Amino acid sequence: MCTECGCGSKGHLEIIEVEEKILAANDERARHNRETLDGHGICGINLMSSPGAGKTTLLERTIELLDSKFELGVIEGDPETDRDAERIRARGVPVHQITTGQACHLDAAMLHEAMHQLPLGTIDLLFVENVGNLVCPAAFELGTHLNVVLLSITEGDDKPAKYPTVFRKADLLLTKTDLLPYTDFNIEKAIREARVLNPQMKIFQLSAKTGEGMKEWIGNLHHKISKNYF
Amino acid sequence: MHELSVVQSLLETIESYAAEQKATTVTKVIVRNGPLSGIVPHLLRTTFDTFKEKTIAEDAELVIGETPLQIHCHDCKQEAQTMVLRFACPLCGSRNVDARGGDDLILERLEMDVDDDPY
Ligand SMILES: Nc1nc2c(ncn2[C@@H]2O[C@H](COP(=O)(O)OP(=O)(O)OP(=O)(O)O)[C@@H](O)[C@H]2O)c(=O)[nH]1
Ligand SMILES: [Mg+2]
Ligand SMILES: [Zn+2]
Ligand SMILES: [Zn+2]
Repeated sequence: MCTECGCGSKGHLEIIEVEEKILAANDERARHNRETLDGHGICGINLMSSPGAGKTTLLERTIELLDSKFELGVIEGDPETDRDAERIRARGVPVHQITTGQACHLDAAMLHEAMHQLPLGTIDLLFVENVGNLVCPAAFELGTHLNVVLLSITEGDDKPAKYPTVFRKADLLLTKTDLLPYTDFNIEKAIREARVLNPQMKIFQLSAKTGEGMKEWIGNLHHKISKNYF
Repeated sequence: MHELSVVQSLLETIESYAAEQKATTVTKVIVRNGPLSGIVPHLLRTTFDTFKEKTIAEDAELVIGETPLQIHCHDCKQEAQTMVLRFACPLCGSRNVDARGGDDLILERLEMDVDDDPY
């Protein structure tokens, strides 16, 4: 109803059934990223964890141990510094750093821009190191083939139950297993509670420090890339 | 605090529906939050109320519907629903369960005022 000028024109209440994911636009960009990866035959892996769970250290070991016939690329999401990117660059792997500033997660648009800064034509395996945070990255699909969440032994075995969203959509990598003797971390409990959320979840246990369990992780990567199984 | 990105995306969607309808104001925004979305309703509301200012949704009321967590129990073989994010069977207490439920925040419905004859 027009109350302004008294012209008498009537308005009405319009109800629109939308029924749409609020992050649908991000999902759409993630699909585009996936097409780009597939178009170049690249397997993309999104690494998520709380700060310091060992993502960059895992990447350093993976670079050392991966068969040299496969080419790696890395995208680093880091709030302020380029230290993680430097650690990767020092090993001769192409890396692009996304400085996320205050942002607590990467989204598909950020990944899209970063991907095009890398020599996609030569890369077989692209790792994305997400921002250290167990909550926010989980809400934003990037378009990678695989999501992997790292849970380090010192964080406690209750994390899958406390941060269900991230464990729902990812494979699980229990890291820093060399520290098991010094903690009360219960591996069986962590795995059981993670499987409640994601029965299909693949689980690896490793120590990037001692190398224990790295063979299975690397073997799984070789299998994925060589069979184009991703 | 990814609620901020979520609210920005929500406001963009609202703006585009409102423009399509030539709405003068959006009065109600109804969303449905899945139990495993990772979104905290309280934070969503404060963020929305902060960022809706000077948009078409300035006077809009945000209604957040919460959906239950579905528990499938492998021991007593029952299906149960719970509003508490607890991964155990509410019927027999077993932890031998699968937990299912929405991973997403969905925009269900918008209510807006539309001028029938703006001229
Ligand atoms: N004992 C032990 N320490 C490890 C292991 N892997 C990593 N660390 C240590 O954990 C600390 C953090 O490792 P980073 O690899 O930087 O962790 P990150 O997840 O990349 O950290 P952010 O990028 O800051 O979130 C470092 O001091 C590493 O040396 C491991 O397998 N065993
Ligand atoms: Mg790092
Ligand atoms: Zn956040
Ligand atoms: Zn039961």
